[in-house]
Amino acid sequence: MIDWKDKREFWIAGAKIADPEAERLRVGSVCVQKGRITEIVWQKSVETDLPVLDAERFVLAPGFIDPHAHLREPGYEEKETIETGSAAAAAGGYTAVVCMANTNPVIDDPSVVEYIACRAQQVGKCRIFITGALTKGLQGEIISEYYHLKRAGIVALSDDGRWVTNSQVMRSALEYAGLHKLPVISHCEDGFLTQGAQMNEGYTSTRLGLKGAPAAAEEIAVSRDLMLAQLTGSRLHVAHVSTAGAVELIRRAKKKGIPVTAEATPHHLTLEDSLLESYSTNLKVNPPLRGKKDIEAVRAGLLDGTIDCVATDHAPHTEIDKDVEFDEAPPGMIGLETSFAQLHTELVAKGALDLLELVKRMTAKPAETLGLPGGRLKKDDPADLVLIDPEEEWTLDKRLIRSRSKNTPLIGAKFVGRVQGVFFEGRWQSAILAGEP
Amino acid sequence: MPFNRKHLLGLEELFADEITTILDTADQFKEISERAIKKVPALRGKTIANLFYEPSTRTRISFELAEKRLSADTVSFSKATSSVVKGESLRDTVENIQAMKVDMVVMRHGSSGAHRFLANFLDASIVNAGDGQHEHPTQALLDMMTLRQRWRTLEGKHVTIIGDIMHSRVARSNIWGLTKMGAKVTVCGPSTMMPAEVEKLGDGGVTIEYDIRKAIAEADAINILRIQLERQKARLFPSMREYFEMFGVTPDVLEAAPKDCIVMHPGPMNRGVEISQEVADGDRAVILEQVTNGVAVRMAVLFLVAGGTFDAGTEP
Repeated sequence: MIDWKDKREFWIAGAKIADPEAERLRVGSVCVQKGRITEIVWQKSVETDLPVLDAERFVLAPGFIDPHAHLREPGYEEKETIETGSAAAAAGGYTAVVCMANTNPVIDDPSVVEYIACRAQQVGKCRIFITGALTKGLQGEIISEYYHLKRAGIVALSDDGRWVTNSQVMRSALEYAGLHKLPVISHCEDGFLTQGAQMNEGYTSTRLGLKGAPAAAEEIAVSRDLMLAQLTGSRLHVAHVSTAGAVELIRRAKKKGIPVTAEATPHHLTLEDSLLESYSTNLKVNPPLRGKKDIEAVRAGLLDGTIDCVATDHAPHTEIDKDVEFDEAPPGMIGLETSFAQLHTELVAKGALDLLELVKRMTAKPAETLGLPGGRLKKDDPADLVLIDPEEEWTLDKRLIRSRSKNTPLIGAKFVGRVQGVFFEGRWQSAILAGEP
Repeated sequence: MPFNRKHLLGLEELFADEITTILDTADQFKEISERAIKKVPALRGKTIANLFYEPSTRTRISFELAEKRLSADTVSFSKATSSVVKGESLRDTVENIQAMKVDMVVMRHGSSGAHRFLANFLDASIVNAGDGQHEHPTQALLDMMTLRQRWRTLEGKHVTIIGDIMHSRVARSNIWGLTKMGAKVTVCGPSTMMPAEVEKLGDGGVTIEYDIRKAIAEADAINILRIQLERQKARLFPSMREYFEMFGVTPDVLEAAPKDCIVMHPGPMNRGVEISQEVADGDRAVILEQVTNGVAVRMAVLFLVAGGTFDAGTEP
């Protein structure tokens, strides 16, 4: 465990630096002063009077940026707060998180944006970017006041959790969002086809007697939204892509020049629907975990760039919410604290993706996708950095989870590669608790 | 083969030998219900709670009679008159009942997997009396008992299940049970109520056939499922009359089946919808035999799950 929290001016020396703009990892040293990066040198050691953190074992990268998380405050503080969510983010290597609008009240009014921004500042562990509601109350009927919301500080628009069923409303939303240069994040799901659905439709849903959501429900919604993005020329970002068909639709749309980007979650990249035979409610998510072919297609999409970035869709729910019959449980799993380790274990350690590419998909790419600052290593930028030990083997213990909710199917899972902590504006936040091995 | 399971959650997880043990035990128990004094002390001192979260006539009475004939002490619960209406969770309800030192819980619940969920934290034995659209193991066992009485064996026999396969726990448990015992299963019903990849259930022992006459052409038995009105509301078929025309079992349709093919129905029947009056009351129907066997099968399951075994030569 690195104890570095009091240091304000220092060098991180000899780390393998994962610069998203570089071709490969390169050994170097970074100087942090007054919360900013003041120097980057491509050498193993430095001559200095400042304290030096020997980082030879570690990979140093820009802090991760999560384009999709539910921080639940205001309104659902029993599930997560900005404070616990920020702590979870820091523990997972994130220095910036984009929070979704389905709070209570919904983020469809500047006062809610200001409240969240103020709380994020008070907590000061992580940069919080805010998504405004695409439609008032997430009702899919009347578009929100994008001008006022943007002035209050939102970076994107979304009714995440719901798809805007009315195509005319979606067209207006995209056109009006284009005027304000705000990307629209769409949760693509034809709700008529998924009414009552508990999981992916297929052999496992038949076996378990649970109502299935067909892949077509996602693909129909993606198709329409791509056509409306083409019609309006506005920026569409497809949230949590989970099916082979959706990946292919987005791939073709990009070739045609439609202004679209897409994200995928660690769980849709690694976990199969057959796991649900345990009826564990922590595996219930929306969109649901899919079959092997879909997972392979989403992975291929990530590799070829069809899927731009990794998003956690961190969705905390309490044990009271989840400790119920399967069809009574709300969908969602937490992901901020495990996303890097899960993808490093399943993709990087198994040779499907190299570490630098994974870093890009968690830093520069989400920043570029939603037009956010950060995600790069530049002199004079805020010192938002993550320190990773790519060799460390560890097991997720429920007691280590910083999120207020513990709804993850990964408790007890073994990982290789661990975030040691982040520097947020130059201040060290350890991911590893005192006393922990 | 001894039966060593603490619970009966479903038939998918059972081995053929275990199913045989249950059916053999049920055969022996059947005689008790024919006696003047219909009671044996097999479960004396055991307490069983019957939790019915969904309406039931047959299954509930059948379980209660089975318990009483084995001398167990029983309490029964139905959703409408319980604290469930006050918002108590399933977990709290069942843990409270267990705190009163109950040995066994018989439960019917509308959520698939509800019994698996309880098994995570309950010490009492759990017997599944139907979970959502997943399994109804004692129904499939009594169906198999009825078939076995007719033919002595299930090996190589052919059973056609007709109706709403997608939403049927009876269909799933029958598919797993029958295929494990070496029988073939054909499923028949509207394509809107045929679940995805159903032919993969039961290790390839399942065939889909939409034409009812073809589906029963080689059947040794037909099992007709109840069609529910709410499926029509969900637009899965256009009208009751069209359903009856295409999938209703009538004397005319039965002409397509072999002469000795028998007709089963798990009840409750919608006469004139999935089964005609003449077939329901006809001489091929074994529907009331199924109900009689239900008590014996449930006695066997309760006895075995409670840890009971037969010593050679001793009467239960």
